[in-house]
Amino acid sequence: MAKATEKYFLSPQGFHSLLARLKEQNYNVIGPRIVEGEFVYAPLASAADLPVGWTDRQEGGVYRLEKRGDDAFFGYGVGQHSWKQFLFPPNQRVWKSRRRGDAWDLAIIPADSPPFAFIGVRACDIQAIEVLDRVFLRGNYVDPTYAARRSQALVVAVNCTQPGGTCFCASMGTGPRATFGFDLALTEVLDNGSHYFVAETGTPRGAELLAGVAHRLAEQAEITAADRAMDKAASSMGRQLDTDGLKELLYRNYEHPRWDDVASRCLTCGNCTMVCPTCFCHTYQDFFDLNGESAERRRHMQVCFTLDFSYIHGGSVRSSPLSRYRQWLTHKLATWLDQFGCFGCVGCGRCITWCPVAIDITEEAAAIRERDGEKRGSGG
Amino acid sequence: MASNSRQFAVGAEPMLPRVFRVEKRVKETADTFTLTMMPLAGDEDFAFAPGQFNMLTAFGVGEVPISISGDPAAPLPLVHTIRAVGAVTKALCGLRKGGQIGVRGPFGTSWPVSRAEGNDVIIVAGGLGLAPLRPAIYHVMNNRTAYGNVEVIYGARTPYDMLYQQELMIWRGRFDLRVRVTVDSATPEWRSNVGVVTNIIPRARFDPYHTTALVCGPGVMMRYVVQEFLKRGVKEENIFISMERAMKCGIGFCGHCQLGPHFICKDGPVYSYALIKDWFEKREV
Repeated sequence: MAKATEKYFLSPQGFHSLLARLKEQNYNVIGPRIVEGEFVYAPLASAADLPVGWTDRQEGGVYRLEKRGDDAFFGYGVGQHSWKQFLFPPNQRVWKSRRRGDAWDLAIIPADSPPFAFIGVRACDIQAIEVLDRVFLRGNYVDPTYAARRSQALVVAVNCTQPGGTCFCASMGTGPRATFGFDLALTEVLDNGSHYFVAETGTPRGAELLAGVAHRLAEQAEITAADRAMDKAASSMGRQLDTDGLKELLYRNYEHPRWDDVASRCLTCGNCTMVCPTCFCHTYQDFFDLNGESAERRRHMQVCFTLDFSYIHGGSVRSSPLSRYRQWLTHKLATWLDQFGCFGCVGCGRCITWCPVAIDITEEAAAIRERDGEKRGSGG
Repeated sequence: MASNSRQFAVGAEPMLPRVFRVEKRVKETADTFTLTMMPLAGDEDFAFAPGQFNMLTAFGVGEVPISISGDPAAPLPLVHTIRAVGAVTKALCGLRKGGQIGVRGPFGTSWPVSRAEGNDVIIVAGGLGLAPLRPAIYHVMNNRTAYGNVEVIYGARTPYDMLYQQELMIWRGRFDLRVRVTVDSATPEWRSNVGVVTNIIPRARFDPYHTTALVCGPGVMMRYVVQEFLKRGVKEENIFISMERAMKCGIGFCGHCQLGPHFICKDGPVYSYALIKDWFEKREV
């Protein structure tokens, strides 16, 4: 069986077989696909469903799919989806109850789903899953839905060799190489007409999976080519974020004039929270059926940019757009550290790409750093 | 930090309420009711610490956080005082004897009644703020010899807005408890103080160096009351306040109750002023 410290050579054909094996083992195989012109994470019937030969061009407020001119399986960055929608369904029933006279019977009806196999998880998104683990698994309470889905999910990481224009995982220390949290990690190499993967295993389950398909020990030249591709990725990130003393910087700048500036641009649409792979805020809603005989509680994702989010009797706590953007950014880059011991930001760049007015979290943080200590209304 | 007596009454399914049955419903004011309730048979295990809250479900309507108002030494029947201001609280207040309520909890931190032993205890409540403080008053009175001078200072908008009026009368008759009440606007028959609770604090008798202050009420009221205690020399770490935020889950998952790095539902709602002051004083955080 494959050893964790070794690197292996896997051919494109071997990769096809790998996905076929997962299907045989009854995994719900999820990976990148282009569906109706949108780059999404969706069930894959086979490796042929991957966006082979496609890439993306990303900038603030810009996402374009383009042809690459080769047959790369994973020649693109991350899109609007992340893995959180599978681990923490955006809309789900929590419980159902039925009335018997004055009495209510409560029941949780677990939605049975086959275990997921996530294909093509980038290093930034592995860190995002780690962040969600801290929220839903490692506190005083465990979320049963998240726990069930997470414990079964198989992670096939694909190291990033093509960062997008809004990426900054190298700054956040989360990528481009996956260093933990995977069953199997692949690096795709396209080099002088050859096309292959360099594979490493992270768990016995990953080793078993690899053992089921044709592979061999990788040669040094192949490993070097893979490392080179990742080094190139690390040095071609479109964005960077200086994390040195970032929490303290933001804690002492709650009244910085930059908040007014960004609030004048922010539409408070919440796109950033919806594409963010770590934003976990959600709400609960109860429903009656029409005859009043049964009730159920559902939970669904909610964005902190709405007035409703902080509403208590008497009004919303965060009534101004300024306070709501400030809440989001300081949560990601400051308060999260106190809450969960890590940043809430993994450097994936989604919030920059998908912001309709191209607000850039790295630029906002840098602007505050540049004029550290300035106060609103004092010549700002 | 407040005495941290989190309890884990909920098991593998923290989101599934237990069903309780309403035993009694008492009208406190025009829009505020006290519900007394018991769990369904065979499910009679419940304990809480003063200051903790439950998430209460009106079936088919929704769920809200409500402080527990009963005696922690006799946690059942469960007692909640609820003001009907929104859809859920209106549905809860509309329940009669035999009606069913979903209960999750108890959640959150509690008033530091053990740490306060040996100290003078000054309890300051504004309006509905007496509801989460009543369990602390019960505890202190149950263990009266463990404390120094004990005073309850209670302010409401009008005499009609005062909770637990009969109980206040009984407490006023005790020799080991001083109760001072005040209203913002009086009625002709009102014979006590008029004005805000902060006016009363200078009259309270306590040794500032050995005093624990427990404060609950509207944000602006707590802000001024804290300042009065600080003025009289009570240390920040001995002044405790109970915070309010939107809460949907009670267990730190839903994100609504954040105040800077704090999740009020699990790190609070009861905080020492020393711990929360930086965030308490910031606007719109």
